[in-house]
Amino acid sequence: MDAPAPILRMSGIGKEFPGVRALDRVDLRLLPGEVHALMGENGAGKSTLIKVLTGVHTADEGAVELAGKPVAFGSPLEARQAGISTVYQEVNLCTNLSVAENILIGREPRRFGRIDWQRMRARARELLARMDLDLDVSAPLSSYSLAIQQMVAIARALDVEARVLILDEPTSSLDADEVGQLFQVMRRLKDEGIAILFVTHFLDQVYEISDRMTILRNGRLVGEYLTRELSQVELVAKMIGQELEALDKLHGEARSFATPLVEARDLGRPGAIEPFTLTIHEGQVVGLAGLLGSGRTEVARLLFGADHAAGQLSIGGEPVTLRTPRAAMGHKIAFCSENRKRDGLIEDLTVRENIVLALQATRGWTRPVPREQQDELVDKYVKALRISPPNPEIPVRNLSGGNQQKVLLARWLILEPRLLILDEPTRGIDVGAKTEIQRLVAELSGGGVAVLFISAELEEVLRLSHKVAVLRDRRMIAELPNDDELTKDVIMETIASGGRT
Amino acid sequence: MRRLLWPILVLAALLLVNLIFTPGFFSIQLREGHLYGSLIDILRFGAPLILVSLGMTLVIATGGIDLSVGSIVAISGALACLQISQDQGLFAAVALALGLCTLLGAWNGFLVAAVGIQPIIATLILMVAGRGLAQLITDGQIITVNDPAFKLIGGGYLLTVPFGILIVIAVLAITVFLTRRLALGMLIESVGGNAEASRLAGIRARGIIVMVYAFAALCAGVAGLMISSNVSSADGNNAGLWIELDAILAVVIGGTSLAGGRFSLGGTVIGALIIQTLTTTIYSIGVPPETTLLFKALVVTAVCLIQSQAFRDKVFHRRGRAAPPRPVTEEKVRVST
Amino acid sequence: MTTLSLGGGRTIPAKYVPVLVTACLFVAMFVAGGIRYEGFATGQIVLNVFIDNAFLLIVAVGMTFVILTGGIDLSVGSVVALSTMIAASLMTGPGWPPYVVVPLVLLVGSALGLVMGYLIHAFDIQPFIVTLAGMFLARGLCYTIGTESIPITDPTFTAFAQTRIDLIADMWISPSVIIAAVVVLVAAYVLHYTRLGRAVYATGGSEQSALLMGLPVGRTKVAVYTISGFCSALGGVVLSFYMLSGYGLHAVGMELDAIAAVVIGGTLLTGGTGFLLGTVLGVLVLGLIQTVLSFEGTLSSWWTKIVIGMLLFAFILLQRLFSARTRS
Repeated sequence: MDAPAPILRMSGIGKEFPGVRALDRVDLRLLPGEVHALMGENGAGKSTLIKVLTGVHTADEGAVELAGKPVAFGSPLEARQAGISTVYQEVNLCTNLSVAENILIGREPRRFGRIDWQRMRARARELLARMDLDLDVSAPLSSYSLAIQQMVAIARALDVEARVLILDEPTSSLDADEVGQLFQVMRRLKDEGIAILFVTHFLDQVYEISDRMTILRNGRLVGEYLTRELSQVELVAKMIGQELEALDKLHGEARSFATPLVEARDLGRPGAIEPFTLTIHEGQVVGLAGLLGSGRTEVARLLFGADHAAGQLSIGGEPVTLRTPRAAMGHKIAFCSENRKRDGLIEDLTVRENIVLALQATRGWTRPVPREQQDELVDKYVKALRISPPNPEIPVRNLSGGNQQKVLLARWLILEPRLLILDEPTRGIDVGAKTEIQRLVAELSGGGVAVLFISAELEEVLRLSHKVAVLRDRRMIAELPNDDELTKDVIMETIASGGRT
Repeated sequence: MRRLLWPILVLAALLLVNLIFTPGFFSIQLREGHLYGSLIDILRFGAPLILVSLGMTLVIATGGIDLSVGSIVAISGALACLQISQDQGLFAAVALALGLCTLLGAWNGFLVAAVGIQPIIATLILMVAGRGLAQLITDGQIITVNDPAFKLIGGGYLLTVPFGILIVIAVLAITVFLTRRLALGMLIESVGGNAEASRLAGIRARGIIVMVYAFAALCAGVAGLMISSNVSSADGNNAGLWIELDAILAVVIGGTSLAGGRFSLGGTVIGALIIQTLTTTIYSIGVPPETTLLFKALVVTAVCLIQSQAFRDKVFHRRGRAAPPRPVTEEKVRVST
Repeated sequence: MTTLSLGGGRTIPAKYVPVLVTACLFVAMFVAGGIRYEGFATGQIVLNVFIDNAFLLIVAVGMTFVILTGGIDLSVGSVVALSTMIAASLMTGPGWPPYVVVPLVLLVGSALGLVMGYLIHAFDIQPFIVTLAGMFLARGLCYTIGTESIPITDPTFTAFAQTRIDLIADMWISPSVIIAAVVVLVAAYVLHYTRLGRAVYATGGSEQSALLMGLPVGRTKVAVYTISGFCSALGGVVLSFYMLSGYGLHAVGMELDAIAAVVIGGTLLTGGTGFLLGTVLGVLVLGLIQTVLSFEGTLSSWWTKIVIGMLLFAFILLQRLFSARTRS
């Protein structure tokens, strides 16, 4: 079968930042009516390539052709006007404006230079209807969930006569239903002949939706493949450049645990999570499984005192009330939050300062951690976690996502917690760092530390946990021991059936 | 130290300009057991501004701003003078004035940290109402006092050195000790860098914020005592008028970002000295004093432009084309992928 | 999806609540004043507030634009003073006619705003600092022109100052009120019905997003400071009708009044939310406070400041509680 002529062709794209060669003669072509997955680990150059394409960066070398004509965009606006629309991972809309405005601002229907609000709302409803969405278009966008906001962003991208639609990790904050809905929209657009460039970390989604993929590694092109001709194992191997290590269970033999550490009884918070009961033993890894928005993070926040909880909680047999994170830290509970930028790191401060921050916080400002002790601790964890670059005096903002995650981990490890809560510790980081973090969890549990492990990837949860608590719709619906019978399918069935047997 | 380079250069340039117009500008003499000289004057007259700026630095580092310090300066002077004029005793008067100022600062901090009001608005309340309060204390009059001990604070000498300079040195030393020897500085920078992340790291951000605003108000209170002591009177309407703006300028010139996070106390002191030197310079080179504000505007614009990354990029970019390519800078560009 | 669309319906009236509260406050003050003081509850009292504060209203309109983008303009008071100074000196000294002087003054004000906006946008410097420099510059220029008050004797200006436009039932307004009303109407139209206006709201909502949505954020920012500069200059012209003099110490601290009016009118200082009608009400409330104090007679002028401070506090607290509720 002959493929149609590509609508977009990028050839020999090179881009250098001081000290880093971000792209090295990379080619990319997009065919009309195809979903094209752009694959690669963190640092492979995916974002830079997209930014070059959409005019955020200018390429140092190489050429871009749109429908056979050479183009060079000076800004995202120019790219959009040429028919290349982008939807980013973080929803880049103005939540204070109405839904209709967010879809149409910049090209509002006008009459004699005056914005025609009525036509604008009608047009917005029309575009949303194309995606099977029925929203109140004059309500402010802030009154809708993140997933809906994402859909609105896509509706916005669709309004221009888009020939190329770039979806940069659009699914990372959507639950399964919403992903399905998004894919439906993508298929419809594909049938309309739009070329879609799709970036995601979820391999399943790539195989579900994409026709073709381009793989990058370290700023170089690995190759372009038809999705159906490339197996998952081959894909991963090409992305990380080596054979993936065997995905065995890391927690070793199933054990029984004698000493309960944290016991939550009817712990809950109205509007966030229904009362749940959960016991975590010393040395035990408890996995939390559930779709996005099922209440995983909420459970973690209650156990850490980040939000106020109703119900009973006891730690080491003593009943406690955790009003603040600080109180939880007093009981040696640590919480690595999901959103590193917002809830984790202080980007201004150095790696060293970020690592000792929690320790310093427990001592208060009047008793500084002596500098020698700081250096010693930091040095130990930079080495142990292989934080790179191994210079603790650079601002943490200069580190890659995976290394930032390790810095956050180090912050909590020096407190020697009895319970470590990890909320999506491997999200958005490369495969190498991911394996290291998983191994670390297993080690900690071997040393008697209890771990509450939250991840959207069920494989990972299964691989690490001794027991899995399943959440759905902000309710804890089941607690399953991780024996041989527990598989991904069982968990998914439990979620689907709502825990009824 | 690199980020202090520009402020230091600007200060040095200003001082040199003075030296050209006033040959004896750098000379310091001992007269009647007192230090005299233009440099001493700059320090002496700049003392209240330095004090207010030090407090402001910490507030700005937490990501806040304090517009009310000018009003607090007026309140402090007004209350102290009122007490002294009613023969309440110097110590009681000073203690009462500083106590009230600290309390007002804590109120600002409470609004920001506990109620969650934007700092610029929270302190705007006291900026507006505080002036009224100061006039209420003085009943709209200018209170004149005649107390030699009170005069010492702003106009007196101790061991040949103007007392005000000693106060500044003491406050600076205390501030440096609290922030750099103890861990307050890092925690302030952390709260200013990311408040929610700091809370989740177990930092008691509220306490720190309240403390910082209270400290800024205390500094302003001391500055208020100095100003009213220097002129032996309290003027609720005009004392400390616009000093908050000068203080914010000093902080920004000193290289602390208004967005919060990293701060530089040394930079702030230099920034405050630049502003004070500018005033002195205008008098000494014989420009009509009415134009002080014009020069201030120019210096502010120049310093801000120099510190603006975008401005430097544009200037260097143009040069880069004309001249042979520069070697790659050591600046780190974050490559996000 | 049906449940989600419900969430939107409830919050629509929410954005009008701050304006409504300000309106209620104004009515309550008016009624209370009417009960307490003889001859207070007349239409002319309200009109007098407009007459006495027309210049503040014009300046506050410009400030609303700036604050809606999330910025701030500290230079307005000084630009007002500079405008009175330029107008007075040119008409009194060389005797330039008003139809040359007034456009020139407006041009100077707009140009100052334009330059400040450009510095803020192009070099990414904080608006607070840039407009602070603008404040110093404009005030400094005033003193450079002259340190004394310059009286205005131009017949056109004095005619403007003395003209009364009679309305029904013995009520009257000054031409300044009409100028202010036109400014308010034009500004409301711009904010609600033009792309510039919507870009102002978008920029205030999220500058980053607005940029990625392809909106001309830079141009918008430059535009709002230019508008604010223009409004300040026009406010200065109107003030010189009112004062019939140019003076470097006119309108000291007026930026605070303008900001207070905008905040009391329900506009969030973080940008993105607020209405021009709120600003009008904010100015009215500030003006009415002064009227009440003058009727009271025994209270000293500094009570104005204390009352405004307390009002600011009450409104900010209200906004705070309100935004906390909508978020949850």
